[in-house]
Amino acid sequence: MPLKDSKDTHAELVKKLDLQSRKSIFGDKFFKALVIGASLYTLLMVALVFSALFEGSIPIFVKEGINFVIGTDWNAVEGRESFGAMPYIIGTLVSSAIAMAIAVPVSIGIAIFITEMIPKKLGTILSFVVELLAAVPSIIYGLWALFVFRFWIRDFIEEPLHNSFGDYISIFARAPFGLDVFTAGIVLAIMIIPIISAVSREVIKAIPHSQKEAAYALGATRWEMVKTAILPSARTGLMGASFLGLGRAIGETMLVTLIIGNAIGLAAIPTSLFSQSQTLSSIIANEFNEASNDLHLSALIGLGLVLFVITIFINVLAIFIISKVSKSYSNMRE
Amino acid sequence: MSKDNQNPNKNENYKSIIREYIKKNSSKRKTINNLVTILLFSFVIIAIIPLGSILIEVFKNGVGALSFNFLFQPPGSMGSGDGGIGPAIQGTLLVVGFATLIGAPVGVLAGVFLSEYSSSSKLFAYFLRLFNDVLTGIPSIVIGIAGYITLVLTLGSFSILAGAFVLSVIMIPIIARVSEETIKLVPNTLREAAYGLGLPKWKVVWHIVIKGSKSGILTGIVLAISRIAGETAPLIMTILGTSLFFSGFNSPVDALPLRIWRLASQPYPSAHEQGWGAALLLILLVLSLSIALRMFAQKRSITFKSTT
Repeated sequence: MPLKDSKDTHAELVKKLDLQSRKSIFGDKFFKALVIGASLYTLLMVALVFSALFEGSIPIFVKEGINFVIGTDWNAVEGRESFGAMPYIIGTLVSSAIAMAIAVPVSIGIAIFITEMIPKKLGTILSFVVELLAAVPSIIYGLWALFVFRFWIRDFIEEPLHNSFGDYISIFARAPFGLDVFTAGIVLAIMIIPIISAVSREVIKAIPHSQKEAAYALGATRWEMVKTAILPSARTGLMGASFLGLGRAIGETMLVTLIIGNAIGLAAIPTSLFSQSQTLSSIIANEFNEASNDLHLSALIGLGLVLFVITIFINVLAIFIISKVSKSYSNMRE
Repeated sequence: MSKDNQNPNKNENYKSIIREYIKKNSSKRKTINNLVTILLFSFVIIAIIPLGSILIEVFKNGVGALSFNFLFQPPGSMGSGDGGIGPAIQGTLLVVGFATLIGAPVGVLAGVFLSEYSSSSKLFAYFLRLFNDVLTGIPSIVIGIAGYITLVLTLGSFSILAGAFVLSVIMIPIIARVSEETIKLVPNTLREAAYGLGLPKWKVVWHIVIKGSKSGILTGIVLAISRIAGETAPLIMTILGTSLFFSGFNSPVDALPLRIWRLASQPYPSAHEQGWGAALLLILLVLSLSIALRMFAQKRSITFKSTT
């Protein structure tokens, strides 16, 4: 603090300094309270989401009990209400499984290609382009899939498969429309590829150079180096990355709503790749504003709770896997 | 290669066998290597084709819809193809603006806590990081339902406040994460110099730490904005959507992604064209934000996890 005023007596100066330090002690306490308050607010939000969903879904669990989770009926008509979430759980799992089957190998391949196979500068540009995909809002994926991509899928993949194998293999049996669980899975895959490949790239970059160099020194080709030095030690991390992508695919709403065909009840259990289906999130989006009564609304909130529990489980698993991996890497370096 | 140990007694023989083996195998190994490289390259192409196609289609189909009326008029009657998406543009700006007003300070302060104040309470910091990650992973539609129950039902109407609240919940963990990472980059010597001059901690944090990592924090906020600008699902149950301009804090508002959804669900070609037009606006907004942000971040060599 400025001491230039020479007329200040010693006593006045002490007083001033004392005031100043009291002010800063108050400032310190106030600021710390502010910062801790913001942190508590964040924790509170998670609790709030959970308690709101729990409270909102009490009526449906009281009426249906465990039947709400394992039931297959979905009827909102007054007097004949019956709500079962099973078809939508299955629809969610099937569409996400299709998405993962495509997205995991492709994204890990992209991550390997960008980090190990091309010059660093080119890699930065390519990863920039791939990550732009992550910035596109999902509603725009949905719009594009509804008006453009589903016709590609129908004409170039589904119809040939149906025509040649439809009579013998039951998963290709239904006449393809383009609006089905298969298309939804593929578009979900496109959407989660940038997520999985970004995290996979971090994982692969974290592998100690000495391992790669050892493989090269033994005369390995680039692919043999990847196969023997990278993939085995990156396996857990890549699994964590995939789980993160899975969490995103399961919770994705808008694009699924537009292209999965929105079947209800038993019909939503896909019997073939080309069946219409419905996911937990898409039925919530479709019916939330048209909920006919409180019980119907409570059933939709209950679906939200089921979705919440599934995604929390998957995400926490992914977080633990990834944090464990990064710890073991730092041990390796030491 | 243990197969080649059959004749270890004669050294010359042994060498020539190995030479043969290497010769025979190296071309095969090289071919496999090249095939895998081509396969992985084709994966990159597979990922880029949709991006190209989305950009081309949105531009091709959307550019025809753009006009003065489209940008500033409220929607006309259903199927007429009249009117525009004025309320949606206004609504998106308002909802995102209010969400940022709530989310940015909370997120930045939480980030400050994690990097500056967490040394005395490690357990709390651990749980905060964990819950932050959990919050990032909760599907946005679930957060939307929670917003519906806590705000829409309590206040008795769909409103811009509920929408802003829900979007702020999505923003907070993103901003907190990026703020923490960039604040940690401030060199400790700067902090020590400030302490040496007798500044209290809060002044050090405010003047040195926060102001020193201004650009990184801003990057985090813009990243979060580009993420929530395209959110649709949580808005269905909080702001509902309307064809009227903003009229108060207790009535529904519209937003671009919500309008795109409604337009795409209508059976009229004119509505689809308007939907593409709205999509063009939205994608221009989001992509320009994220491209600017990435170039900025690269220049300053700020690293942040882009997708978690």
